[in-house]
Amino acid sequence: MRRLGSAWTLLALGVAAVLAVPSLAVLAAFARPAREVWAHLWRTQLVEVLANTVALVAGVGAGTLLLGGALAWLVVGYRFPGRGLFEWALLLPLAVPAYVIGFAFLGLFDFTGPVQAALRAAFGPGARLPDLRAWWGVVVTMTLVFYPYVYLLARAAFREQGAATLETARSLGRSRCAAFRQVTLPLARPSLAAGVSFAMMEALADFGTVATFGYRTLTESIYRVWYGMFDRAAAAQLASLLLLAALLLLALERSLRGRARFTQTARRGGAAAAAPLRGARAWAATAACATVLGLGFVLPIVQLLVWTGDAFGGWRAAAFARLLANTLALAGTAAALATALAVLLAYAARLHPTRSVRLAAHSASMGYALPGAVIAVGVLAVLALLDRALVPALESALGRSVGLLLTGSAAGLLFAYVARFLSVGFQTVDASLARIPPSLDDAARSLGAGAGRTLSRVHLPLLRGGLLTALVLVFVETMKEMPATLLLRPLGLDTLAIEVWARTSESMWADAAVPALAIVAAGLLPVAIAIRLGAGGLPRPER
Amino acid sequence: MRFLPVLALGLAALLLGVLPSPGGGQTREVVVYSARSHYNQEPAFDAFTRRTGIQIRTLGGNASELFERLRAEADRTPADVLITVDAGNLWNAARAGLLATIDSPELVANIPAHLRDPEQRWFGLTTRARTIMYNVQKVKPAELSTYEALGDPKWKGRLCLRTSSHVYNQSLIATMIKRDGEARVEGLLRGWVANRPTLIGSDTKILEAIAAGQCDVGVTNTYYLGRLLAKNPALPVAPFWANQQTSGTHVNVSGAGVTASARHRAEAIKLIEFLSSPEAQQMFTDSNFEFPANPQAALNPVVARWGAFRADDINVAAAGEYQATAVRVADRAGYK
Repeated sequence: MRRLGSAWTLLALGVAAVLAVPSLAVLAAFARPAREVWAHLWRTQLVEVLANTVALVAGVGAGTLLLGGALAWLVVGYRFPGRGLFEWALLLPLAVPAYVIGFAFLGLFDFTGPVQAALRAAFGPGARLPDLRAWWGVVVTMTLVFYPYVYLLARAAFREQGAATLETARSLGRSRCAAFRQVTLPLARPSLAAGVSFAMMEALADFGTVATFGYRTLTESIYRVWYGMFDRAAAAQLASLLLLAALLLLALERSLRGRARFTQTARRGGAAAAAPLRGARAWAATAACATVLGLGFVLPIVQLLVWTGDAFGGWRAAAFARLLANTLALAGTAAALATALAVLLAYAARLHPTRSVRLAAHSASMGYALPGAVIAVGVLAVLALLDRALVPALESALGRSVGLLLTGSAAGLLFAYVARFLSVGFQTVDASLARIPPSLDDAARSLGAGAGRTLSRVHLPLLRGGLLTALVLVFVETMKEMPATLLLRPLGLDTLAIEVWARTSESMWADAAVPALAIVAAGLLPVAIAIRLGAGGLPRPER
Repeated sequence: MRFLPVLALGLAALLLGVLPSPGGGQTREVVVYSARSHYNQEPAFDAFTRRTGIQIRTLGGNASELFERLRAEADRTPADVLITVDAGNLWNAARAGLLATIDSPELVANIPAHLRDPEQRWFGLTTRARTIMYNVQKVKPAELSTYEALGDPKWKGRLCLRTSSHVYNQSLIATMIKRDGEARVEGLLRGWVANRPTLIGSDTKILEAIAAGQCDVGVTNTYYLGRLLAKNPALPVAPFWANQQTSGTHVNVSGAGVTASARHRAEAIKLIEFLSSPEAQQMFTDSNFEFPANPQAALNPVVARWGAFRADDINVAAAGEYQATAVRVADRAGYK
């Protein structure tokens, strides 16, 4: 038994080490400290940029927690008109890349957009809206894109608690609100913390949206030093600040999760009975959901559709189908890989909750907090190193030239996706796994099942919801991913996101509408499947 | 849980199906790494293939990232040609030893000396003028003169600028530094900043902002205006050729070089030579309203309407040489 356990540990440590390399490659840049660049940045912008970054991440964290948590409680705990629709529709903004919502919002609400133009026509040239290119504009935009992470995980956690816990609290004399505050919410804390930490990591690593809004964060400085000063080493050193922030976020997430062990024996008594809302309160709930959905999904989609009308002619079906196939294949493979590895890491940490395994799992998850291009350069360095080591030997064995094996290969790109998005899979699986009581493990083991058999016969079936959630999240993330795809893809393997890049890089927003819509549409499919298969929920006990 | 492995296998099969087959050495081809946004729909590329039978495969990306990829792939890179949208990144690639010298009398004849590398490792293919744009209903051309004069207090609150994070502005600042020195350019930028410009992350948006009355003047590349005018000829924005009495209007290039380890070197040079010919140059100006680098090529009518202007004849390599300095000067001046 011990030997088997150590095999799991070794495998997990190995996988984590490989996946952590691209993030840690960032630290290698400190070999030549760019003191002079740091001094320059300190004198000119570092304080402002750091303050902006902290303000953004905090704002997005608070915004997604409030919005995602409140909406999840609303659809799980109450009945109101349209609830059945909103329950799944509120996930839809997840399928829209943040940069797409960003440019759609600016297109609509900027000075030159239709809304302000109408205001000027009605109230004279002085009429204006407050400038969206500010902290609040970015926070609102990102909150609308990233709240579904919190919503998805919180909704699953609320539902899984079932009626029993809530009813017990009620029978002990707590009001519905107090029961929610004192029982439901604390039990859902790991899921809420995981969801919020996704949103904050996304905000930390984002470049596309902040660049669109002209809001200077640390990522902006990283690119300014890299592209502008041709100094990638200094840029990587700056990026290490993001790694530091990611570690802080992880520690925060851990401490929010607390020492308590959140397990549940089973879902007793079915889902908590939703309390019906009546009259004005019911319609207020409907209006709240409709507003969020309208802003986060309908509005940007309508804007894209309008642009599509302007630019539809230039597309050939065959070329488009190929882009779509490439996108789906890459995202599907990355999702399967990342989820499988997430299970491996989370399970190893469960079998042997040692410091080293936890640390390994976390260092493998750091890639999520780095801007895509930074981690992609780390991956590139690893691939180039391997190619330099492997190819000459292979060539002398085969007696012919093989070019490059890994650099610019689909395998290399998948490696980057997994290194970047493992965190999403890991945290989701880990949070689900934590809710399965260890007594089940003990029971299975005492009946003679080994660790592998216990995983496949006991845990995986119970984890079905969490696994689907992980698959969907990584799939959608990969499909939206732009910078690593741009840098590492094989020659000729273009995707929808690349097509969006090709058009938006010269600010031809309208031309980018068709591929952007396709990304959204393709993202809807897995979200819909996940909803049908009940992502996040524990399956009913088999009979 | 049986569906997971099935799903993974299915997707792996799908992935193998869409993977491009490794290019054999038999077909004649050129592999181009291009930072031009329309890398996969260049009319001039199609014309080259029709003419020569040589296939072109492209990989699009940001210049800085294509640079990293070229460097990582080193002597095994599949790339034969690097195309960027600015001289700075070509200069940087050449400095890192990623580009080989091209010995082509045809290119030397077609492309003026200030639009190519003095050591002939890269050649400008299209010229991009970055100049002052104004709202024709609110500003008289007589009120305008130089880039520096946009720092005059009369433009306070009326100026729209792109951020200094974009390479087009960095190139503009860099060539000014080469000519006038850091101190003077820093003063110029401080003048702009003192006018509280509205910073906008896109040339197109700046032109739309000028048209809508958000600001009265701005600085952008001219081809963005060409594109907007092609859609809406009534757009009330016109270019003013900056610095005609002094250094001339700032120009940058979109250009190309042959990689140091090109497998198809002859074909690569042939491609660049073709792209410098009046025929291909015409396609660039017609498809994207850029100025041809080859003076023998005719202008697109939209472009020609803006009239002749004197362009800064400083070698565009200065954009690379002084780019890092330009970023620092902008930082010091508080130009975000």
